[in-house]
Amino acid sequence: MSTGTVRFLIGAAIFLALAYGLTRLVSNEYVFFALYVVLQFIVLATAWNILGGYAGYVNFGSGAFFAVGAYTGVALYKALATPILLQVVAGAFVSGLLGLAVGALSLRLRGIFFSIATVAVAIVLETVVVNTPYLGGAKGLPILRPEPPALFHSYLEWTFFLMAMLAVLAVFCARYVETSWIGRGLRAIRDNEGAAECSGVPTLKLKLFAATLSGALMGAAGAPFALYLSFIEPTSVFNLNYAVSALAMPIIGGMSHWIGPVIGAVLLGTVQQLVTVTISSELNVLVVGVLLVLFVVGAPDGILGLVRKLRRPKAASAAGAAA
Amino acid sequence: MDIELLYEAILAGILLGCFYAAVSLGLSIAFGLLDVPHIAHPAFLVLGAFATYVLVGHGLDPILGGVLLMPLFFVLGLGVYQFYYVTFERRGTDQGLRGLAFFFGIAFIVEVLLILRFGVDQRMVEAPYIGQSLELGDTRVPWRMIVAFGVALVLMLGLTIFLSRTFIGRAIKAVAQDEGALRLMGADPVRIKRLAFGLAVAITALTGALLIVVGPVDPGLGRIYIGRTFCVVVLGGLGSVPGTIVAGLILGVVESIVLSTAGAAWAPAVAFGILLLVLAVRPAGLFGR
Amino acid sequence: MKALRFLALAAAALLFAGVAAAQQPIKIGIGIAQTGPLGGGGKAALLALNMWVDDVNARGGLLGRKVQLIAYDDQSNPATTPGIYTKLLDVDKVDLLIAPYGTNPTAPIMPLVKQRDLLLMGNFSFDVNAQIKHDKWFNNAPWGAGAVQWGGTFLEAGKQLGAKTIAFLAADAEFAQNLCTGGRAIAKAIGLQNVYDQNYPPNTVDFSSMLRAVRNAKPEIVFICSYPSESAAMVRAVNEIGVGPSVKLIGGGMVGLQFAPIMESLGPMLNGFVNYNSYVPEKTLDNPGIREFLAKYRTRAIAEKVDPLGFYLPPYNYAIGQMIEQAVTATKSLDQKVLADYIHKNEMKTIVGNIRYDAVGEWATPKMVMAQFRGIKGKDLEQFRQPGKQVIIAPAAIKTGDVLPFDKARN
Repeated sequence: MSTGTVRFLIGAAIFLALAYGLTRLVSNEYVFFALYVVLQFIVLATAWNILGGYAGYVNFGSGAFFAVGAYTGVALYKALATPILLQVVAGAFVSGLLGLAVGALSLRLRGIFFSIATVAVAIVLETVVVNTPYLGGAKGLPILRPEPPALFHSYLEWTFFLMAMLAVLAVFCARYVETSWIGRGLRAIRDNEGAAECSGVPTLKLKLFAATLSGALMGAAGAPFALYLSFIEPTSVFNLNYAVSALAMPIIGGMSHWIGPVIGAVLLGTVQQLVTVTISSELNVLVVGVLLVLFVVGAPDGILGLVRKLRRPKAASAAGAAA
Repeated sequence: MDIELLYEAILAGILLGCFYAAVSLGLSIAFGLLDVPHIAHPAFLVLGAFATYVLVGHGLDPILGGVLLMPLFFVLGLGVYQFYYVTFERRGTDQGLRGLAFFFGIAFIVEVLLILRFGVDQRMVEAPYIGQSLELGDTRVPWRMIVAFGVALVLMLGLTIFLSRTFIGRAIKAVAQDEGALRLMGADPVRIKRLAFGLAVAITALTGALLIVVGPVDPGLGRIYIGRTFCVVVLGGLGSVPGTIVAGLILGVVESIVLSTAGAAWAPAVAFGILLLVLAVRPAGLFGR
Repeated sequence: MKALRFLALAAAALLFAGVAAAQQPIKIGIGIAQTGPLGGGGKAALLALNMWVDDVNARGGLLGRKVQLIAYDDQSNPATTPGIYTKLLDVDKVDLLIAPYGTNPTAPIMPLVKQRDLLLMGNFSFDVNAQIKHDKWFNNAPWGAGAVQWGGTFLEAGKQLGAKTIAFLAADAEFAQNLCTGGRAIAKAIGLQNVYDQNYPPNTVDFSSMLRAVRNAKPEIVFICSYPSESAAMVRAVNEIGVGPSVKLIGGGMVGLQFAPIMESLGPMLNGFVNYNSYVPEKTLDNPGIREFLAKYRTRAIAEKVDPLGFYLPPYNYAIGQMIEQAVTATKSLDQKVLADYIHKNEMKTIVGNIRYDAVGEWATPKMVMAQFRGIKGKDLEQFRQPGKQVIIAPAAIKTGDVLPFDKARN
């Protein structure tokens, strides 16, 4: 294992220890309620970026993969009272399959067709859920949480910690993909797919892999949702706002490195939480939209890019001239 | 199912389908002909609808209002395209993601601005032809659908003639086919594309007026129409206006039949389901280039 | 915006909470629709609650402390309510909770209040406690548990008109589904034949296809369970393409036809519809308490640009305040269990009558009405204040007229 990986793992361990410490020290449930959402977005943004930032294929239907994970979890819980960890695995598996299916359908075509396909999948699946009374249909399902495991005061704190673990897992996967030959291949695809294909990069296989992994992580993020909220209903889970946030956070944070989506998720997620409950939900969407446009137009490499430019302006322009 | 019900559903579907074709025209030009990932098209549609609502508040007929809005929206389209071109298109194809995200952001901003100005509630307009229906034997056909059908038909015929008979129209089709060749012929492709995009958005103003004639509009309506408009444009084949018309009719009739039988709960999936089917089987669409 | 004003109030309250002052206000929290489809009703309801807060504070407050209402807008969206109520409990630290207006936004927080064992004053939900059976829930709505009274009265009226067939149209949402399920059972029990049964997604705008299909099935009763924007759209669609000559009775569970803005915009299109209501200005429902309340309400409503009639929700929301006042004053406590026990055991005296609760927190004796819209001319709102525009056709004890077949009442 390289020193980089060792350092990363140590950092992850510290992060998880801090998260656990928080559950012991803080008793205000609302804190965990809000932090859960931010952690969830870290997973979603990181997952999105594997296909979007690394390969250049924009997924507009992140809500669908998230929701599939959530409803898989709900179905298992209702039928067999499965523990939440198993729900996460199942959610990841089903969403991964969905990613593979959508990819197989549309990744052969131009990028925008993949994006349109993801929107289509989101709406079709939402309609299916609405028409399935077992999953609650349009009116939703209230869920009673089970007792929390031994180390936690309340179930909410346990789901919070679980999401922290998922965040670490997602970032680890993204980092692995980025630094391996897979990442190189994906970057080649993003820069010029035709040239990559000609150079022998197995473009379709790599794209399908990225789509599957991305979907699986999103599904894993979705699985604990019903138990976290003790309620699930289609319009909020399939919401286009998830899709936009999952897309805006990596763009704002920076798409080229795994830490970009994390930065974007923490920043935007926190702002959203503050705005939604204090002022209004509309302003929340406006904030996302405006930031998205500003960054896409003015700072295409996101906050990471801005930081890089500020740190080494001469080196950056020299690199720019050479490239 | 009852044959009478089927006949009524098909009739309603044809009227509805023509309307769907009309609201997709702007996208057909912007995305189909110009390759601009104009995912904000439905948002502009809703914007047009609300602008019409404001004009009707001042006493105008909605269709007239829509026509009056066209020059305004034309200028808007010019501006949006110019900005898009300078920021994204000029810098090469790897900007595809950013262009897409840009329009997505624009769509969101338009929606939220509408919510802030008008609230989340539905708005309707009143006109002599809204709320009344024409009696044809046993069926009653709502006048608002007939009016929408008529305006849509005129719009589509007008556009088809424009694209094939006028100089600029043919230039637009040319720039879609081969930009390089057009440049060699002495025309400026960027200027043509800008005009075309402006035209697309101008059409959207009038079809936005049709939108609020056909039914109540709320700021979130754009999201549902993303599916319908892209379905029509992809099914019809990118770059083909006749294709858009045929695809619109197909969507309208299928949706109408599904609504009358399997139930309204499956209606949203119709457009998107057809879309996925087309992408899987024949991505070029019916009349694609 | 009300939410902003209360946010400022809440922020100020939290600031002073740090100072251990003996005069801390009693905080009552609610998430209630101020925007979205239920917004029209929610605004009127919140106004009534504020009226009660002002009245009780003028009398010296509760237990010697001022009462403060902390309200957030749930936008008629069920997904926002768990977050709002968690915030009310953990951040604003409220003492008592009132439920959101409506079944759909309330359903998501039932598990939350059950797990934390909290008192929840219901606000016009339907059967939302039927599964969970929380013992600290009390609904202010007069329809009682189950669809027996609601569906029963409507369907009996249909039988009176000689109907044998029925069609059901229901939104795919908690309230509408609960009501329709009950309605179907009753229809079967009294021998009506179900010829058309369709659910539609919430916020459907165009009902012409569905109405065509309904007309094709030739039902004599059409039982509709819908939310405000759909109710309005359906009335318009019936007006535009008609529902067929076979229909004798139409309506039943259409929320929204009680809100003044909708009544005003539909006007004569409402004639003939038979729909539920909680209060209409007919002489059998009149009492001095309500008359006084409506007079005061009217002045404030016009000033704040809210539903000026105030028939449907406001008196019942004022009643929530009265019930809280009665329970807290009698038990001299804010303990959730003590208050819940008191309300279960005692008769609650309010401007909408004396209420006794059953085991699941619904009215033991339902008191809702089925009224038929008649004789509405033009879009004038004031005509609705006169008796005779919403004739009570059931229950028999308080009826003010016999139900007319739909096409007769249309003209």
